[in-house]
Amino acid sequence: MSLAFDDYGRPYIILRDQGQKKRMKGLEAYKSNILAAKAIANTLQSSLGPKGMDKMLVSPDGDVSVTNDGATIVEKMEIQHPTAKLLVELSQSQDAEIGDGTTGVVVLAGKLLEQALTLLDKGIHPLKISDGFDRACDVAIKHLEQIAEEIDIQANDHEALIQAACTALGSKVVSKRKRELGKIAVTAVLDVADLTRKDVNLDLIKIQTKTGGSVEDTRLISGILIDKDMSHPQMQKEVTDAKICLLTCPFEPPKPKTKHNINISNAEDYNKLYQQEQQYFIDMVKLVKNSGANIALCQWGFDDEANHLLLQNDLPAVRWVSGTDVELIAMATGARIIPRFQEITPEKLGKAGSIKEVQFGTSNERMLVIENCQCTKAVTILIRGGSQMIVDEAKRSIHDAICVIRNLIKDNRIVYGGGSAELACALQVLQYADEVSSVEQYAVRSFADALEGIPSCLADNCGLNPITSVAQAKSRQLSEKNPRIGIDCMDLGTTDMKEQRIYETLSSKKQQIQLATQVVKMILKIDDVIAPDDY
Amino acid sequence: MDIVGNVLPQVLKDEATEDKGEMARLQSFVGAIAVADLVKTTLGPKGMDKILKPTGPGQEMTHITVTNDGATILKSMYVENPAAKILIEISKTQDEEVGDGTTTVAVLAGELLREGEKLIQKRIHPQHVIAGWRIARDVALKRLRDISTENDINSQEFHDDLVKIARTTLSSKLITTDRDYFADLCVKAVLRLKGSSNLDYIQIIKLPGGTIRDSYLDDGFILKKQITIGCKRRIENAKILVANTAMDYDKIKIYGTKVKVNSMDKVAEIEAAEKEKMKHKVDKILKYQPTVFVNRQLIYNYPEQLLADSGITVIEHADFEGMERVAAATGAEILSTFDAPERSQQVLGHCDLIEEIMIGEEKMIKFTGCKKNEACTIVLRGASTHILDEVDRSIHDALCVLITTVKNKRVVWGGGNSEMQMAAACEEEAKKVQGKQAFAIEAFARALRQIPTIICDNGGYDSAELIQNFKVELQKGNQTCGLNMTDGTIGNMNELGVKECLRVKEQALMAASEAAELIMRVDNIVKCAPRKRERA
Repeated sequence: MSLAFDDYGRPYIILRDQGQKKRMKGLEAYKSNILAAKAIANTLQSSLGPKGMDKMLVSPDGDVSVTNDGATIVEKMEIQHPTAKLLVELSQSQDAEIGDGTTGVVVLAGKLLEQALTLLDKGIHPLKISDGFDRACDVAIKHLEQIAEEIDIQANDHEALIQAACTALGSKVVSKRKRELGKIAVTAVLDVADLTRKDVNLDLIKIQTKTGGSVEDTRLISGILIDKDMSHPQMQKEVTDAKICLLTCPFEPPKPKTKHNINISNAEDYNKLYQQEQQYFIDMVKLVKNSGANIALCQWGFDDEANHLLLQNDLPAVRWVSGTDVELIAMATGARIIPRFQEITPEKLGKAGSIKEVQFGTSNERMLVIENCQCTKAVTILIRGGSQMIVDEAKRSIHDAICVIRNLIKDNRIVYGGGSAELACALQVLQYADEVSSVEQYAVRSFADALEGIPSCLADNCGLNPITSVAQAKSRQLSEKNPRIGIDCMDLGTTDMKEQRIYETLSSKKQQIQLATQVVKMILKIDDVIAPDDY
Repeated sequence: MDIVGNVLPQVLKDEATEDKGEMARLQSFVGAIAVADLVKTTLGPKGMDKILKPTGPGQEMTHITVTNDGATILKSMYVENPAAKILIEISKTQDEEVGDGTTTVAVLAGELLREGEKLIQKRIHPQHVIAGWRIARDVALKRLRDISTENDINSQEFHDDLVKIARTTLSSKLITTDRDYFADLCVKAVLRLKGSSNLDYIQIIKLPGGTIRDSYLDDGFILKKQITIGCKRRIENAKILVANTAMDYDKIKIYGTKVKVNSMDKVAEIEAAEKEKMKHKVDKILKYQPTVFVNRQLIYNYPEQLLADSGITVIEHADFEGMERVAAATGAEILSTFDAPERSQQVLGHCDLIEEIMIGEEKMIKFTGCKKNEACTIVLRGASTHILDEVDRSIHDALCVLITTVKNKRVVWGGGNSEMQMAAACEEEAKKVQGKQAFAIEAFARALRQIPTIICDNGGYDSAELIQNFKVELQKGNQTCGLNMTDGTIGNMNELGVKECLRVKEQALMAASEAAELIMRVDNIVKCAPRKRERA
């Protein structure tokens, strides 16, 4: 920490607890930040692409998860370095916005920072670098839009969507069943999609996991699956033509929010109170029954007596249904969520074709399936797998695939994968670099190099020679004027990604390049880091 | 520090570690193989048991477990290695899903990784290994399904198959000497379920004393509770009311109620009202005209006496499970309110006879001739609680396998036959595949073949010779050959009656290969800083 001295040679204290803080500034700060961010990118780099490897992460409590998903990896690494945390957020915002390409965005940012480091060493001012990156980014995006192709998502039984889902699933542990899972994801999204508005409400797709069986046993249920069973073991296990009463009040005597006391001072009151209490239960059940409902789903618990009264009235009921499930059921069956027993009316009931209990394995675990809902078609994907870790990873993978399909429905423009889009942009940026007459030229050129880093990284992960394969692809793109030439990761004998049918959404690619550039610009603007010394 | 010598800033938290590439892989292999080796010796009919001793203050030596069951061993182990945890996880899932083959699945995954490690050392990329394993797995699965046979569920053959499967499962357990007896017992119990897979109906009661041979299957239902003093000990043609209601005193359920009195008289009044309320409840119960009253909760002396006075036999404090079983077996409804005596016919359960019986030293209540005749009870006797616990686990395994078989119906030959067949199928396939994947397919076959090899080794036989003879025998077209573990020869599984359930084998194969693949794909292990715990 630098110190300032007054005329008498006494040090000024500028920052509070100055002695305990560490300060880095200037070039030292730039380099330290870049190296930290690069460390994260390096970790993720080997997960990129269809032959990418997984990471095993052990949580502070010793729980193990194995994953290939960039956003999950950086989240679970528990990073503490402030600049590295920016990359975590970068990956997460890609996840939130697009849902896929979370690894790619971090790797690209890492490549950009690597280039920035050499530029800094050349003595170019950080702001010039970020300006150059910015201009290059614009060029790249424009070029991406030019090479993007519109695809017909309806054609050939939604083949294009399935292919895009397969591309997303290709890098995951479930890749051996990517076709089946891709189909499941496509069917699920199309079931709930609003094609006229080009919108998909992902809340309507519920992903439920259950260990056991294998990934092949994963299936799509055209309805809602809830991990609950009937409140009373003897209630009927199947309801057809269900009229659902969706309650958010417990089957218990009311519990006013205002603090109150009921004082009983004599036996008469005591008896009255008892009568009153009994009446509550009878009324509650009666209100539900009278509305014509034949099943009650409740977010809260039941009193034993109420529970039995429900059974006695042939009214199957489910208790402790989670809040999200309640909302999902409400959306799907057209039920209104009823907060008070007095407000139950027949119009507020939801309708479903059938509700039944299903059982898994040897242990007594049961779940409820609600099928043929009246309103929208909510669907559930039930994921099975040999262990909790596989199931969890499959869930993340399917989520990615679903996001890709949704993005395609919103915007049906695609670019080709296998690093071809990045290469094409790199060539375009390189061409543009020569037109720039100022110092930024170097930054623009470096941007192109960074973009080339992606295909080279893909090639590296697939066991190909990165330099030769990227050089080959580059020269073929130029000579054949074909922006679809990429890296043949799967060893299929062709480098034309259109033939390999590796589809990526334009929106995802655009977002990747833009987000990565933004974060890099942000990191390049930091010239002073003040932090507690124990860092 | 990186290669150039720049000091790298610290990115992860202080105690967090990150292992990359070879180091990470080595760590997973070592961990997973160690776990597999640990349970390896329990495999097969000549496998040995393990003693599990808990650590921690206050429970030294008090709760030891002696077991042969893979899932139980693995569940009780505390491991830190993440790959080892994955193996434990699949063993648990196997237990939940099919109930048996929990050791096999861990050992198979371990052997696959052992073979995988060799391939990695030969500089074959993990993704190629995985690609090969995937081909091998599909081939093995296909062969496994091809060699399985199916019998009609009602035929005598199917019944024989069930007995054979139960015998095979039990042969590796403590009760191997009495396996015929127990196999028969388990099959009878499962057949009573008539295709339902609800294990709740089969109750297992463990009572120390006597010998294992004294265990028996009772067609009635036994509740490990006592009939309240002063009630009849034997009720014929019983009408049973099963309730879940407070019979101590009815607490007021309305929130915020307080009893405040200003004189002693009032106290007496309230007490009388309370008593009256209970009496009223009992009266309502009496209107149902039951002869037996079973309650989940405690029954205080006053209502108990009222009920006993009316000639009703009272059973109190049956827990949730007991109550649900009684209800299921006798066809009773579990009541919590008593305002509809007209439904008495519907809600009361029936059974021909309820009596108090003595098993060993303990008094229990036996319900015979229940309305729904599916329930039955297996009473286990044995010299010590440790033996009983192990017998319980063995019986549980056998029951699970039988239920799975009843559902799936397909069976395969035991004695290592299915593994050898699958291995042979993989080797045939390896000859047709181009590229490096072929090595991985061969490795898969070797790993499969390790299962019978380990079984031989555990029996103290010359595994190298036996397995080779086994291979030759299969090559000759003898589809039913397998290991004869009593003589240490290759025998005919049909004659020996060694059969296994297809579903168990399938699940083991798939879970093990999935887990091995999961571990193989890892090239980086990040361990977060362990959460700081306050010292108590």
